[in-house]
Amino acid sequence: MGAAVVAVAVMALPLVYLLVRVLGAGDSAWSALWRTKTLDTVLTTIVLVLLVVIGALILAAPTAWLLSRTDIPLRGPFLVLMALPLAVPSYVAAYAWIAIFPGMSGIFAAALVMALCTFPYVSIPLVAVLRGMDAGQEEAARSLGLGPAAVVRRVVVPMAWPAAAAGLLLVALYSIAEFGTVAIFRVDAFTRVIYASYRASFDRTTAAVLAILLVVLALALVAAEARMRGRASRWRIGSGTGRPAPLSTLSRRGRVLGLGWLCLVTLLALVVPLGSIGYQLLVSQRREIDAGALAGAVAGSISSATLGAVVALLLAIPVGVLAARYTGRWVRSLEAGAFLGHGLPGVVVGLSLVFLTLAVVPAAYQTLAALAFAYAVLFAPKAIGATRTSVAAVPPELESVARSLGRGPIHAWWTTTGRIAWPGIAAGGLLVLLTAMKELPATLMLRPTGFETLATRLWSRTEVGAFGAAAPYALALIALAAIPAWLMGRWLTRLSPGSVAENVEWDSVSVPAVTTPAAGSKA
Amino acid sequence: MRHPVRLLAALVPASLVLAACSGSGSESATESAPAAATSAAATSDGASDAVVVYSGRSEDLVAPLFAEFTTQTGIPVEVRYGDTAELAAQLIEEGDASPADLYFGQDAGALGALDAAGMCAPLPAGAADAVPAIYRSADGTWTGITGRARVIAYDSTQVAAEDVPTSIFDLTDPTWKGQVAIAPTNGSFQAFITAMRVSQGDDATRAWLQGLVDNDVQIFEKNSLIRDAVDAGQVQLGLINHYYWYEKAAEVGADNMNVQIAFAKPGDPGALVNVAGACVLTPAGNAEGAGALLSWMLEPSTQEWFVENTWEYPLVEGVSSPEGVPALVDLQGPDISLAELEDLPGTLAMLQEVGLT
Repeated sequence: MGAAVVAVAVMALPLVYLLVRVLGAGDSAWSALWRTKTLDTVLTTIVLVLLVVIGALILAAPTAWLLSRTDIPLRGPFLVLMALPLAVPSYVAAYAWIAIFPGMSGIFAAALVMALCTFPYVSIPLVAVLRGMDAGQEEAARSLGLGPAAVVRRVVVPMAWPAAAAGLLLVALYSIAEFGTVAIFRVDAFTRVIYASYRASFDRTTAAVLAILLVVLALALVAAEARMRGRASRWRIGSGTGRPAPLSTLSRRGRVLGLGWLCLVTLLALVVPLGSIGYQLLVSQRREIDAGALAGAVAGSISSATLGAVVALLLAIPVGVLAARYTGRWVRSLEAGAFLGHGLPGVVVGLSLVFLTLAVVPAAYQTLAALAFAYAVLFAPKAIGATRTSVAAVPPELESVARSLGRGPIHAWWTTTGRIAWPGIAAGGLLVLLTAMKELPATLMLRPTGFETLATRLWSRTEVGAFGAAAPYALALIALAAIPAWLMGRWLTRLSPGSVAENVEWDSVSVPAVTTPAAGSKA
Repeated sequence: MRHPVRLLAALVPASLVLAACSGSGSESATESAPAAATSAAATSDGASDAVVVYSGRSEDLVAPLFAEFTTQTGIPVEVRYGDTAELAAQLIEEGDASPADLYFGQDAGALGALDAAGMCAPLPAGAADAVPAIYRSADGTWTGITGRARVIAYDSTQVAAEDVPTSIFDLTDPTWKGQVAIAPTNGSFQAFITAMRVSQGDDATRAWLQGLVDNDVQIFEKNSLIRDAVDAGQVQLGLINHYYWYEKAAEVGADNMNVQIAFAKPGDPGALVNVAGACVLTPAGNAEGAGALLSWMLEPSTQEWFVENTWEYPLVEGVSSPEGVPALVDLQGPDISLAELEDLPGTLAMLQEVGLT
């Protein structure tokens, strides 16, 4: 409990900075709120979030169903392919799309590209849940006279919804904090206005006020998701042995349509960005690749992101464990607090850590430690959901028995709950790793001087318009981030149907969840 | 995976070893890799005589320059690259605790903001009046290093060279409805608007901006995106800086481009020449080294290097301009000093007022 409070306090640090800025500015801060454009900005951001969320759901739901409940050919390879879009930084995808269609702009273009880069946050946990669901419930519903459509509506959707909602929360938080894509497609969302305040007038107060509005918006999203999750606890599966739902056999036409859909998604989410970057590389006249610089940047990305993921797990585990074991309002608020940093644009978190590091531990300023810490503050929430779902699936009695046999609390947790929940927690760590590799603004501010990652190299080349010279770094970044994405996809393919349900005999879990690593990416 | 704690424990030192490799393979003899990995330790001992530069100019362009300085003078340089405005914001946030000695940015506005925040120290003696007075601050705290001209980019397949407007006031003409691209959130566009307010007055500037809006002006995020949109024929005209054209020419070859650039007539607000400039920072631990580097950047040989490698205008006398552009004296931008471009908030408010940002 204490550890969780400390972890959340750490994750909420950027808010401290924002409050310092806003309160220090006095009345002028609030006048920034009443500009006519503030309301426009709020509305634009909300519409963008809705569009991205809807887009991600449209992409994820059929994909997850095809890959979990049908006998579609090439299921294994597609399971992995459908995780890989997470490896494509959306600003890279946005550049790639604009290189092909220079006329693309506006909120729909931005939403399309953002949805294509984030739908695996939804499809991965959906596949896990759909595969793990006990067939008995659907059969019971059928036997009680419901038609197939009604079964989906009244049994499958309610059970799968919490997993989808947790993924959609990540998509939504990502959409409000993302800068690169909205800037490239010229959408006047919050992040763009915040950046404009810093860039044009070094106006830290307006930026801070807007950032606090963004925090409020993020908390509203977290609360909405928590409500959905809370209501889901009505559906339980009883004890007894679960049995996987049978795969439906697709007709010839169904197979063609299904494969067509999966190929279309692959085309839009992977082939277009990779192809466009590859083309830039081919037409460029500056094609020489500095192997040393590339290797250094790869090493920088791996090391900083790995350290960030380790620190993020240290923060996420206490919060996730607490949220899994207790529900009350207090715990909910604590968990929501952890998401504060996650809804903020990187430049705000970066500047707040510049301020706080120098104020508290100046010696750590611009060291690897400070950078890893920034990644943890930004991305630990991604590991919290994973920890929560996987710990929730472990019966607490095991731990109690271990305690009663004389083990200390940490040792007892580690040898029972930790042991079993570990793969799910690790999947959360992978997700942090993957996201940290793509992070740019905080990296630029907090990295040690001279320290390079693939993202910083990529940025410095696109900054001078050298897209050809940037291409090797973009491809290397995607390839590197594909490793954790691929691992998550692979765990899914290994996951034998039914193994999930067996683990929830203890009835302590709300959702027919999900001790599998893949499901960790739920949140 | 059976011993996750050990795995985690192993990841940390492995990452640190890897981190030490990062940056070592790259360029410049400016620093050693271990120093990069643990800069806190490094700055406290061996590397204390290094000049720490916050550079808003791209590593691709200026890293060789700093390496050359080290070769010539023996003074090591540690460079932190970032966005011009974000680095300035970071410096203001760091305040007195800043580890930086010298700021090198590509916009007079950012230098003005640093100066206003009390972050700029007086220029070293030789550098204080090396460039014409309009390209440096009035109080002798920052100086322009190189010049960058505003130009009108045009799609040569759609617009003949002689039909390109010679004044930005022509851009509000219905002929160009929906065919002009600007980047109102970009620093160089905003500096240009600030200059226009100084030379033409607020009312004329607001009217011109409103005229652009009414003429369905096309909004882009960056100069480079405008250049590419003009090249693709998506818009016919765009307001950018001159060197963006040279960058693309180096990337894809001048013969493969539809986009060309034209200069506004002398005295037109569109003929503004902005600068990339530098200042020694007040918290500098190595003000001497920083001053030496700044002065060195204004030496004729260094100025020639800029002309050849970044296609910018030299600001000191006796160095000739890049090929294919009119000389700086012939350009005759609006008759104002760049130090007058301090009212960026006023410009931002105006851009908001007409709905451009």
